[in-house]
Amino acid sequence: MSQTPTRPIADRTPLPSHRPPVSATYWLQLVVTVILCVFLILPVFLSILAGLTVNYFEGWTSGLTTVWLAKVIDEYSNSIGLSLQIAIACLACTLALGVPAAYALYRTSSRIGRIVEELLVMPIAVPGLATALALIVTFGGWGELRQSWVFILIGHVLFTLPFMTRSVLAVMSSIDLNAFEEAARSLGASFWQRMAHVVLPNCKGGIVAGSLMVLTLSLGEFNMTLLLHTPLTRTLPIGLADAYASLRLEVGSAYTVVFFVLVIPLLIALQRATARSK
Amino acid sequence: MRSSGIAVRLANCARTFADGTRALTGCDLDIKPGETIALLGPSGCGKTTLLRIIAGLDFPDLGGRVFFDDTDVTALPVEKRGVGMVFQSYALFPNMDVAANIAYGLRVRRTAGVERDRRVNEMLAMMRIEDLRHRRIDQLSGGQRQRVALARAIAARPQVLLLDEPLTALDARLRDDLRLEIDQLLRALGITAIYVTHDQAEAMALADRVVVMNKGCIEQIGTPRQIYEFPETPFVTDFIGTMNRLSGEVRNGRLNLASGSIETDAPNGPATLLFRPEDLSLTSGQDAQFTALVTSCFYFGDHLRVTLAIDEHQFLTSRVSPRDPIQPGTRIGCVVENSSLQPAVNDKPRV
Amino acid sequence: MPARRPRARGPSGWMEPLLLLLPAAVIFCAFFVLPLARLVLIGGSGSLGWAAYAVALTDPRYLASLLSTILLAATTTLATLTLATVSGVFLSRHRFSGRQFLVSLLTLPLAFPGVVIGFMVIMLGGRQGLLPSMTDALFNERWVFAYSMTGLFVGYLYFSIPRTILTIMASAEKLDPRIEEAARSLGAGPLRIALDVIVPALKPALVAAGAICFATAMGAFGTAFTLATRINVLPMVIYTEFTLQANIAMAAALSFVLGAITWAALALARSVSGNSVAAAG
Repeated sequence: MSQTPTRPIADRTPLPSHRPPVSATYWLQLVVTVILCVFLILPVFLSILAGLTVNYFEGWTSGLTTVWLAKVIDEYSNSIGLSLQIAIACLACTLALGVPAAYALYRTSSRIGRIVEELLVMPIAVPGLATALALIVTFGGWGELRQSWVFILIGHVLFTLPFMTRSVLAVMSSIDLNAFEEAARSLGASFWQRMAHVVLPNCKGGIVAGSLMVLTLSLGEFNMTLLLHTPLTRTLPIGLADAYASLRLEVGSAYTVVFFVLVIPLLIALQRATARSK
Repeated sequence: MRSSGIAVRLANCARTFADGTRALTGCDLDIKPGETIALLGPSGCGKTTLLRIIAGLDFPDLGGRVFFDDTDVTALPVEKRGVGMVFQSYALFPNMDVAANIAYGLRVRRTAGVERDRRVNEMLAMMRIEDLRHRRIDQLSGGQRQRVALARAIAARPQVLLLDEPLTALDARLRDDLRLEIDQLLRALGITAIYVTHDQAEAMALADRVVVMNKGCIEQIGTPRQIYEFPETPFVTDFIGTMNRLSGEVRNGRLNLASGSIETDAPNGPATLLFRPEDLSLTSGQDAQFTALVTSCFYFGDHLRVTLAIDEHQFLTSRVSPRDPIQPGTRIGCVVENSSLQPAVNDKPRV
Repeated sequence: MPARRPRARGPSGWMEPLLLLLPAAVIFCAFFVLPLARLVLIGGSGSLGWAAYAVALTDPRYLASLLSTILLAATTTLATLTLATVSGVFLSRHRFSGRQFLVSLLTLPLAFPGVVIGFMVIMLGGRQGLLPSMTDALFNERWVFAYSMTGLFVGYLYFSIPRTILTIMASAEKLDPRIEEAARSLGAGPLRIALDVIVPALKPALVAAGAICFATAMGAFGTAFTLATRINVLPMVIYTEFTLQANIAMAAALSFVLGAITWAALALARSVSGNSVAAAG
């Protein structure tokens, strides 16, 4: 192993460099970037603040409180619980369906594979409303299914499956899984042995990223759920829309805070997961 | 440490891919137990396809057969053939450390833990990588990965060892060192080994016999000496080493060249003389058979490579001691030994 | 990146993979392909018959909403591409402390549902929003923009920018710096380099991101739903046709039109870039 000589740590002060002076375009770009950041983040802070203040009109001088949060959790706990339930069920389904599908798509070079891949992407292209309408006109008559939360689950699975599949497929392609599988086969591993020992462990990154994506998308899904739900099967985003319409800004904000608490850690974990795999 | 090697036999193995490419035309190969065979040829000649057919990662077209000793293994996939394989990219499992990688073949065969550990220790010692036992794959250098890949392949005592260009990814110095180690390892193990390479020096150094391939066909099979000294086809002649060609007319027992003549007992008529650079010696004395003009000299440290011009069209290469005082632009005498004479005239331009 | 190798046929070759695909394929056919086909048929089964599809495109009410949706989506796309390119190229080139944090902040809204984004717009421009409060203090007049097309536009920007910035950053990172260095050595200034080197090199990413942005904006619903009242975009029309008018056939026909346009835009993106990124909203 060759070792390039490195400077001792004490020596590693930054050397003076002759960088050109910062140009006008730099400042322009920086300003645009900063404005965009403010534009995107400020409302988030404002709504978190609004959800925690006693009276939004008076601002934070009126004091911080959790009464709105309590009200939200009290009124909408069913919706929040159902959203979590659906998200976890959705994750289970996409793992069971999507990971094998990703492996199959990696392996196959036939036309069927190409067709299936196109098919899998379609729910992203077709607007959620259309998918929901399609489900309603086809299965609306099946009373029990129509009334149950499984109906919403189906819509969520259709929408999130491509994300799981694509995430895992991307990882498989980037690590040259084929060579590992041939090596495992040459050592005598059967199909299931190579799945368990070689394929799945090395796709972990894609599976984790896909899972986080699925959870996040399911928790926030609205378009389809609006048409698929019934008064007894309301999810978090439906409750959100309801709260926003209720004119009391603090309630809507508090509900948004609940949503952020659920989703933002997932998003941060997703960013970390994708950054690590680069 | 000797394990008995098996004989490998290929009968009429051809392979045409789905898009119509003929990767292999009907090949026959007979490998003796314990022998090391090198499959040598330019890229696209089919050597890797042949290796994969022996491995069981690919299957010959209808009519082709693969035998391990007397068993027909043609229909067996690689999982059941009991071969050990070293891949060009090594394909070490990133999710396992070095010891787990080496143990994998044994683990799959459900070898008992104690026996497995013992064997892994044996492999680590044999490859002299004991201190790498718990390292992750991405922490290893190229040479270390090579050793781990070898250890993994032979840990489960395969019947045949297959190596697909294992040294191509390494730099020259490391390649030389590892080549020596692999050679010693193969001899110590006594295993039948099939080695794919495009590097002639590697093939000549490691193999008991070399299989020269081109465009899906086997051109010649022979020991390194046979291939080098007695090439049988035009491709082998030009692919292995450098071959000098000198054309002239034979009359009355002498091959007449532009600047001299050589004694021969060939019949009259046009002929081409074939000889290796090391068989062309340069002299300023009276024993020169003919003369030529030195056009360039390349110093390689352990030898001097001299290019000579006979006339505007014919060039020769000579390999002489580096201490000879040869200068470009001078006329010098040439003596040829160990040449073979071909009756046809061959107008290939020479380097 | 190693491409997928063609599979060799053999005893353990091609059968297993297709079997693995079966569960997903079955679910898809049962719950997606067949229902969609049914939807298309329903679209032609209403009182107008198959003419419903023609009506969907020509009736002035529907046409107006279709056109305004397209206009909105197109404007959003142009604005997003411009802003995201300026920011994306900047962020991918300059490393400074806090950069990673800034990028995380910018891409956080990626998975916010349309309703939340609608709420963000209300926070910014609703009756009690930030901007109206500021203008009230400065000019004694509240500039409430949330409940109009402007508000919708702002909302669409909100969910388009994070997505586009990510795509452009990824593409900008792959730019070969040596091409720019060659241009500089030949005397080109920063504007010339931007126009002649950077934008052409980013063009595939820009087209792909633009098409996705357009498709998402076309199909976006939650934001319009939250901001409601006077907004007339196609997804809202579909919703009202279904829930308030119970005109399933018309809703189906309109959905098909919307879906077809969206799918065409995404197909364009995929043919240019060979990849596709999320559409949600």
